[in-house]
Amino acid sequence: MSLEPRTFTVTRADLVAYAQASGDHNPIHQDEDVARSVGLPGVIAHGMYTMALAARAVADWFPGAQVVSLGCKFTAPVVVPAQGGVDVEVAGEAKDPVDGLTTVALTVTCGGQKVLGMPKAVVRARTDD
Amino acid sequence: MDQSLVGRSFPPTAPYAVTEDNVRAFAEATGATYGGGPAPATFPIVLAFGAMNAFLEAEALDLFRIVHGEQRFAYERPIVPGDVLTATLSVATLRQIGGNDIIGTTSEITDADGALVCSTSATLVHRGPES
Repeated sequence: MSLEPRTFTVTRADLVAYAQASGDHNPIHQDEDVARSVGLPGVIAHGMYTMALAARAVADWFPGAQVVSLGCKFTAPVVVPAQGGVDVEVAGEAKDPVDGLTTVALTVTCGGQKVLGMPKAVVRARTDD
Repeated sequence: MDQSLVGRSFPPTAPYAVTEDNVRAFAEATGATYGGGPAPATFPIVLAFGAMNAFLEAEALDLFRIVHGEQRFAYERPIVPGDVLTATLSVATLRQIGGNDIIGTTSEITDADGALVCSTSATLVHRGPES
């Protein structure tokens, strides 16, 4: 079953808030010069920021469901411009539940390019409704 | 970095008390709203990241040279405000590719009773000066 794709906009201000909330103050997510010094194309979103957006989509699709596992590779950077923002799209395909567990194969893209490798969530659907 | 790191466990992080405020800040940073209850699925990274920082410090590695390669979470139960959590990191694998160190870590996140809450694994790419 295809799930309704969700689009999220990421700005530099979001990365600052996320650094505060997560404790990840790696300057490659804030400082253009540091990012370029390690060979990156510019300031990039925390991989965990993008993964959090994937988790948000899963939470929207399966309200109240417990997440049993979540994982991905970080295969391409999400470059966040100094002005405005960049859109990240999360699409999902839910498989038929097995023993109460639903596997969701995710596709997370930025500008048409996949940014997460094999992102996947397994959720336990609520049984009280 | 040398192979003797593989299999080594680092000391548990200081106990971290989960509050509604810090869960809300985490949720809102990614544009979500939070009305109480379980923390977002990626929240355990706060614990795992603390453990990783201690590991980098112990090994004299620079955070700005670290790029995240992979992250996996397996949850025993959701994290909720009131939990007091600790993360224990161990190094599972270490490879060198093209001047970069590829470090595989696992962090076990346990609650105040010592029960496992979440097990998470991360692949960290430490970019060498020449990469």
